[in-house]
Amino acid sequence: MKKLINAPDDVVAESLRGFEAAYPGRVRVDHAMATVYRAEKPLLGTVGLVSGGGSGHEPLHAGYVGHGMLSAACCGQIFTSPVPDQVLAATRQVDAGAGVLHLVKNYTGDVMNFEMAAEMAADEGGTEIATVVLDDDVAVQDSTWTAGRRGTGATVFAEKLAGAAAEEGRSLAEVAAIARRVNENARSMGMALAPCTPPSAGRPNFTLAEDEMELGVGIHGEPGRATVPLAPAAEIAEQLLTPVLADLPFSRGDEVLALVNGMGATPLLELYLMYGEVQRILQAHGIRVVRPLVGNHITSLDMAGCSVTLLRADDELVGLWDAPVDTPALRWGR
Amino acid sequence: MDTGTTPTDSTLTVAGLTAWLRAYATLITRHEDELTELDAAIGDADHGTNMARGMKSVTALLADRTFETLDALAKQTGMALVSSVGGASGPLYGTFWIRFARPLAGLAEADAEELGRALHAAVEGVRQRGKAEAGDKTMLDALLPALDAYDTALAEGAGLSTALARAADAAEAGCAATIPLVAHKGRASYLGERSAGHQDPGATSAALLLRAATR
Repeated sequence: MKKLINAPDDVVAESLRGFEAAYPGRVRVDHAMATVYRAEKPLLGTVGLVSGGGSGHEPLHAGYVGHGMLSAACCGQIFTSPVPDQVLAATRQVDAGAGVLHLVKNYTGDVMNFEMAAEMAADEGGTEIATVVLDDDVAVQDSTWTAGRRGTGATVFAEKLAGAAAEEGRSLAEVAAIARRVNENARSMGMALAPCTPPSAGRPNFTLAEDEMELGVGIHGEPGRATVPLAPAAEIAEQLLTPVLADLPFSRGDEVLALVNGMGATPLLELYLMYGEVQRILQAHGIRVVRPLVGNHITSLDMAGCSVTLLRADDELVGLWDAPVDTPALRWGR
Repeated sequence: MDTGTTPTDSTLTVAGLTAWLRAYATLITRHEDELTELDAAIGDADHGTNMARGMKSVTALLADRTFETLDALAKQTGMALVSSVGGASGPLYGTFWIRFARPLAGLAEADAEELGRALHAAVEGVRQRGKAEAGDKTMLDALLPALDAYDTALAEGAGLSTALARAADAAEAGCAATIPLVAHKGRASYLGERSAGHQDPGATSAALLLRAATR
């Protein structure tokens, strides 16, 4: 394992120290709680947005804390969900009298820890909490026989759009409804060219031969569908989009927000190339990308590969997407 | 240092529960790499690390504070685990101890029947929190057989330590029996059929929990 670290156990804490130093006056880090807040106080009467999850997916979630997006992000250990204490502390901090929305990716640990935090908050009273669980990944069969679909790329859209709605001063129910609508209208599929290496494990968390790729991978490298032969980018784009398009289903005339996301070790050169392929395929299906987003947004440490997320949009969602945002990782219009 | 006051044949005392937890911390440390390797096969390779961090925090709690009653100790143990483990194991093991505490409210020691009630409450808590059932390839596949064995031993007139020993044996058998199962819960469920052939890490740490009670 070759990494820019000091000790595996200290990676998250030390990274947060650097993160805070890199964005002075913009974010504030509670180091004891490993929780990131906006530097400015929450605006009275606005809904607070709290998300979080295991670390290793940067810029998610800490990179999206700021005006127009998250109020706070709770950082768990690498690939391990945060604990309820973190979520509860963040919830209390960002409560500005209009309630707090928990945005949770559908992973067993994340769901349970956020659920316990919400239960603890309810026991103590005071803060109204709504929870939206994101589960956009079509690679996982959604049945009673699995933990359900994973939350992946739609999380970025949900954080941005619900964040914009909260910034407008909408109610908790309305902000939660936006997040739910994002989840209902978004679908994703990912793939890996090479595994990642969690620092505490010290070695890759799965194996792939030189001529193989993993199709339907999650954001920790968990498999979804199959190990298949490596193919040219145009074909990979088809393999990712075919199940995505069939699932919602998306249809001719749809307008979408499209995310081509890098898993951490894939250069932008390749991600832009992939976006070109995605755009070409969508065009052939009569689907128009109204807002594209290309880059590393929800990563898996040093995993190579990408995921594609499509969100069926309407004027309201596009308007919320265009609203000003000012976070370390996403910034426009302000 | 997995010695201490072990449960006597008749009751579990606060000292006995403390010894149980210390023994568990020792077993977790000893099996940390094994748990992580089992998790690497079907999960995300952090079960050993997470449980070790959690039991370290429980050990610190035992060093810092003294407890008068079983429920106070169990509840604080649960809170310490919830606050330090993360992942799915934090809420599950945390819930185990928090619920374990309830039937023991105010008791400084528990007889075999009272302990049985605590174990039932604890396992029911795990079932509710994880929304899993027998055969889903989770820690319940060690805990449910252990509960059955405990009840059977009591029905046959066995004392507390014999019942716990039989529960530990059953938990280990249940844990081994997870190998051919296909996971339906947790991150291993994403592997589908490919999760078969691997022992469940949660069932493994749960079997260690029962084994620690016999030390």
